[in-house]
Amino acid sequence: MNRGVSVAARPVTVTVDGQAVEVPEGSTVREACAKAGVEIPTLCFLENLTPVNVCRVCVVELEGSRALVPSCSRKVEGGMVIHTDTPRVRTSRKMVLELLASSVDLSAAGPEVAEWLAAYGAEPERYGRRAPARTARPDLGEAATVAQPPKVDNALYVRDYSRCILCYKCVEACGEDAQFTFAIAVAGRGFDAHISTEFDVPLPDSACVYCGNCVGVCPTGALMFKSEFDLRQAGAWDPARQTVTPTICPYCGVGCTLELHVQDNRIVKVTSPLDHTVSHGHLCVKGRFGFEFVQDRDPGG
Amino acid sequence: MTEHEPNRVPEATPREMAAVDAVVGPELNGAAPAAAARRMRVQLQRPYRRDLLLPALLALQQAEGWISPGGLAYLAQRLALPLAEAYGVASFYGLLALEPEPPTVLHVCDDVACQTAGAMELCQTLERVLGPAGSAPESSEVGWHRSPCLGRCAEGPAVYVQRLGAAGGGARWDAAQTAEEWLQAVATGMAVTSAVPIRRRPGLPQPLTGRIGRIPPDSLDAYRRHGGYQALRRALALGREGVLREIAAARLVGRGGAGFPTAAKWEAVAKSPEPVRYLVVNADESEPGTFKDRALLEGDPFAIVEGATIAAWVIGAHRVYVFVRGEYPEARRSLEAAIAQARAHGYLGATIMDEPYPLEIEVRSGAGAYICGEETALFNAIEGKRGEPRNKPPFPTVHGLFGKPTVVNNVETIANVPVVLNLGAAAYRDLGSAGGSGTRLFCVSGQVMAPGLVEVPIGTPLKEVVAIAGGLRPGRELRAVLLGGAAGTFVGPEAWDMALDPEVVRARGATLGSGVVVVFDDTADLGAIVRRIARFFREESCGQCVPCRLGTVRQLELVERLEAGRPLGSLEQERALHRDLVQVMRDASICGLGQTAANAVASALALGLVGEGSRGQ
Repeated sequence: MNRGVSVAARPVTVTVDGQAVEVPEGSTVREACAKAGVEIPTLCFLENLTPVNVCRVCVVELEGSRALVPSCSRKVEGGMVIHTDTPRVRTSRKMVLELLASSVDLSAAGPEVAEWLAAYGAEPERYGRRAPARTARPDLGEAATVAQPPKVDNALYVRDYSRCILCYKCVEACGEDAQFTFAIAVAGRGFDAHISTEFDVPLPDSACVYCGNCVGVCPTGALMFKSEFDLRQAGAWDPARQTVTPTICPYCGVGCTLELHVQDNRIVKVTSPLDHTVSHGHLCVKGRFGFEFVQDRDPGG
Repeated sequence: MTEHEPNRVPEATPREMAAVDAVVGPELNGAAPAAAARRMRVQLQRPYRRDLLLPALLALQQAEGWISPGGLAYLAQRLALPLAEAYGVASFYGLLALEPEPPTVLHVCDDVACQTAGAMELCQTLERVLGPAGSAPESSEVGWHRSPCLGRCAEGPAVYVQRLGAAGGGARWDAAQTAEEWLQAVATGMAVTSAVPIRRRPGLPQPLTGRIGRIPPDSLDAYRRHGGYQALRRALALGREGVLREIAAARLVGRGGAGFPTAAKWEAVAKSPEPVRYLVVNADESEPGTFKDRALLEGDPFAIVEGATIAAWVIGAHRVYVFVRGEYPEARRSLEAAIAQARAHGYLGATIMDEPYPLEIEVRSGAGAYICGEETALFNAIEGKRGEPRNKPPFPTVHGLFGKPTVVNNVETIANVPVVLNLGAAAYRDLGSAGGSGTRLFCVSGQVMAPGLVEVPIGTPLKEVVAIAGGLRPGRELRAVLLGGAAGTFVGPEAWDMALDPEVVRARGATLGSGVVVVFDDTADLGAIVRRIARFFREESCGQCVPCRLGTVRQLELVERLEAGRPLGSLEQERALHRDLVQVMRDASICGLGQTAANAVASALALGLVGEGSRGQ
């Protein structure tokens, strides 16, 4: 995140796929690639969060480096020679996508994920049939998955960790990158690592303030508005029928921009643009979830 | 913003509060109001010590036998830490239980070396007597878990015992006793391990192990009588630049596995513009089959104190952290006793010998996580965070412990520092061979007559190293050797004459790593050994990055399929799948664990050690 005032950063020249590009010192390799017109796939990266470089789908080849480097966080240095489309890069990206797709339900992720899976030739089915539930020891020939029932413990949002790729974004948004609430953290280790409240207590017993900023940054639908979840359960979720209306939050003087996603004349979820100068896409409980009064037209209540 | 009060505020027991207070300092509430306010101010001015989280968690574990919600809540409040974050840290470490456990808990090593020493039989016995691993109700007296390597490979099958209200310790299975008698002895602290056996060959120089077992490890006088602290005197006479030149001329390289030149690391920090620097001694020895650092810490702790003193002084660090793996309480006690004596005699504290130089050495314990041997994960563990490696760059010499320039050296590397200064660079180089200076410690275990620690000049052939450890059992033939541990490689009998010289070994696609030599003869069930290595990485991956978190899972599934003779598709398809796993883990993992987690399995597949024909006679 580069929010501070930069004092005339010196330009640095790097080579991306044979093309020399000049970017300010302190830029990331991903930004240099973007300047060269090369789009890099990312999963755990988001403009309004500190890069954690854990998904490794954004890796590129850097001459002189033994391993591939994560472009989302690696800072440019003058003279770097970067390759974004070598066999090593393609294999690593394919494998990262394949490993995720074989163990996580990506069906509610953004459409770009399916495109990358196809583009890199990922074959998630080659690990065997998917284990129907998360278990320490799947049967022989089965591929372990994180499949588990969704956690529905409050009226505002649902946590479906069978969709979780462990990108750390929700933890960052809950903590130091936005909300400073720290209701959730990564717990456990290895394949058993998961996002959790302390001792896995339900959200109402945790420190959660329901700002929904975790929902706002989740790339796979693991965190979802209850309204969206219920519509999906009923088979009625239909983005094609939705309109998005930008407006300003009515609650306080900060002036956060809201995007109201409306389906069948009801608000089904609220987002906020990442490039918003005030809130950088983050909201509070009122802006994120306080819209029921708009649609509560039933005089019987 | 609404303030949300958690509905349930679990209470800590008095025992838990006392345990936390003993680490963090007493709570300052409850005094007269004015005094309390004054004290409160004092308390608030004091920086919160998140770095005390892991020591306090270990104290809770020892006091109550588990990390209870009440105990954790109290600790989190005392350190001003979010409860969820404290939970995330507590749940990272294998020696911290998040559910109640019986008063005595055995961690039984079923890793590669102990498998050849009867670990499976011990596990079967325990299953019969105590029930399946991890199943004991809180009400029973003894519970047990399977454990990765405990660094007691020459004394296997090895057991690490956690006891309620007491320090933990190693234990050794005694086949002469009944299981019930032995469990009784373990529960009462009677069954203790021996020291690491040192295997020697007369005539070979043993600068690192020469004192072990020959002088009392707790006597500063004895250490001084046997050459101790002459190196520090020489270092002070040479000056910092002089020592750096000597270490560089000696071509000392790190013994932790990566083989980085020690002088280059030291120099980077010594020349840093940042005034606060740290030395971290990595004693989180967890590579399966490794027990050399434990031998040094238990048997010759003053050498580590002296080496660390020299290193800290050269790089300008006034505080040294020694991070000792949690399963090594004996090593920790031995080292702490040596530090206390050195301090009492002016070798630490305000001066080091005659030189006014404030220096403290602090010992920290791990809590059961292989990954914390990775230097940046180790920083996070000391800082009270989950032991997840950091992305590099920035490198530790620039941005290390607490964000300060830091030198991380392995215990064996530190032990070599006084040796270099005592012998002089030229003589030190002459100890080794073209491939490396000095001697190296090899941890020889598995199917040999006399497993133990072997110190030889670098470049000594594998078969000689194994011969010093008693050689193969009569009538048996060599099947394979695991070099470098789980992160290392299997080599076959054709490597018998290979010189254990880093260059020679690397040219053959293998590694010396941390000096592991696990020997398997023609009776070994190598398929089971390879499966254990695959399981090791699945369980020890920190889970941070996708290639390692999921790659280690898929690797274990693949090995299990091959072992069961039920490949998915053709064998060639399975091999291609593993090649892809090797590549993504090596190329795209954050740290060395992920980058090496497929090496041993890949070498085993190449040698035909998995699946049909892998079982010995």
